[in-house]
Amino acid sequence: MKPLTNRAKQVVNKEMTFSEKIYLPAVLGGLKTTMSHFFKKQATVRYPEEVRPFSDVFRGKHVLKRDENGAERCTACGLCAVACPAEAITMVAAEREKGEEKLYREEKYAETYEINMLRCIFCGMCEEACPKEAIFLTTEITPANYDRSNFIYGKDKLVEDVNHRTDITTRQAHKNLAK
Amino acid sequence: MNVDTTYLIIKSLMVLTIFGITLLIATYLTYFERKVAAFLQDRLGPDRAGPFGILQPLADAGKMFFKEDFIPQNSAKSLFILGPGIAMFTALLTGSIIPWGPQITLFGETFDFQIADINVGILFIMGVVSIGVYGIMIGGWASNNKYSLFGAIRASSQMISYELAMGLSIIAIVMMSGSLSLKDIVAQQHGMNWNVFYQPLGFIIFLVSALAECNRAPFDLAECESELIGGYHTEYSSMKLGFFLFAEYINMFISCAIISSLYFGGYNYPFMDMITDPTVQGLIGTAVLFGKIFFFIFLFMWIRWTLPRFRYDQLMHLGWKMLIPLALANMLVTGAVILFNQ
Repeated sequence: MKPLTNRAKQVVNKEMTFSEKIYLPAVLGGLKTTMSHFFKKQATVRYPEEVRPFSDVFRGKHVLKRDENGAERCTACGLCAVACPAEAITMVAAEREKGEEKLYREEKYAETYEINMLRCIFCGMCEEACPKEAIFLTTEITPANYDRSNFIYGKDKLVEDVNHRTDITTRQAHKNLAK
Repeated sequence: MNVDTTYLIIKSLMVLTIFGITLLIATYLTYFERKVAAFLQDRLGPDRAGPFGILQPLADAGKMFFKEDFIPQNSAKSLFILGPGIAMFTALLTGSIIPWGPQITLFGETFDFQIADINVGILFIMGVVSIGVYGIMIGGWASNNKYSLFGAIRASSQMISYELAMGLSIIAIVMMSGSLSLKDIVAQQHGMNWNVFYQPLGFIIFLVSALAECNRAPFDLAECESELIGGYHTEYSSMKLGFFLFAEYINMFISCAIISSLYFGGYNYPFMDMITDPTVQGLIGTAVLFGKIFFFIFLFMWIRWTLPRFRYDQLMHLGWKMLIPLALANMLVTGAVILFNQ
């Protein structure tokens, strides 16, 4: 039979030689091998202190972006919800009242916008479907929780803080490249 | 204060010191073992409790104390409790006759840095060590569990087999030194006149037997997790389990002390005569002895994390068909050399 790899070794049931019988040379060889590992660099990443960087295209928790004036970009068109293969996104649209121009960029906005993080598979389809550059996936991780109901993220958790903007330039660059 | 009271006080202090040091070292051997294992496997090991994880053993001990102390319903309860007690007791007992250093002078009195200089020292060690297996046997048997029983049976047969080889390799040392007292044997290896240079084969036999006696890998058949779930201490929990594990580390420490004393000159070191002050010489001697002990402990761990476990028949084959004939031959050759040199 032809072997799959050329690493196959023929098994022989030969008598052990004297040096094999007394085990000591093999034992010393083994000790040498392990000692060489003693001085090698450890592979461990000391996690909370040391974080291994994510890839640029890592898809984590979502963010709903605001525009440069601080108004919400989302117009509740529902394309993200349609694109979502896990059906994790729901929203209720509302009309912008007078005097709310600072808050919402266009006449229609999302009154509620919820993502069920237990359903979400972090595929990034919502990001790709969004015509308004409103939703992006960030490098943040969705943290664990004791209660299932806490995994439904509303606008309070998704919309970015006006004063602490989430940087998504890498994601945008990626998106523009794909176009 | 008369002399006898001073003597008693100093001896009691010595007992407490050695007891404390033994426990402390055994505690930190658990930490040391995990660190050595980690480094040999390209890992870091425990590093969360305190700087570099040095509080890990205390955390482990605290955990052990707060665990539920479970006694199986159909076990022989008194024996179940007695088992770890015997294991711990015998482990601690052997430290009493090891000469930790040469004579020191305190309060105008000369004392050996040794709790008891018994004239049958080595026989005492062999005796106590063989009682030690009773702890494992009784504990494993009283658990009323097949795995524990298997572990206990393996431990006892392994101990009996390897004690023979160990005893025979010691006989060669006893023939050379003409004394059973550990103090005399160590004193005769003054300077660099260590027994290992005359008894290299005996040393290897003793080392292998000591690994087997301590139930250390590659001879840890009594507790092999992959086959027996932990062997004789499968049913144990809380500090009873802690006692078994702890006794094992104490045994390792004591074995290394005995190896250092019998074959590597104990507290003796080269050029020790150049230091004229006997107290300084003695203190350096003690430090040197501990250095040797730690080297052997490291060797034990190094071997553990290098070699795979022996199969049971291989273990018996190695013990009865290789080590015992070799030890006998070694004894015979030693005897012949001594006879022709007379």
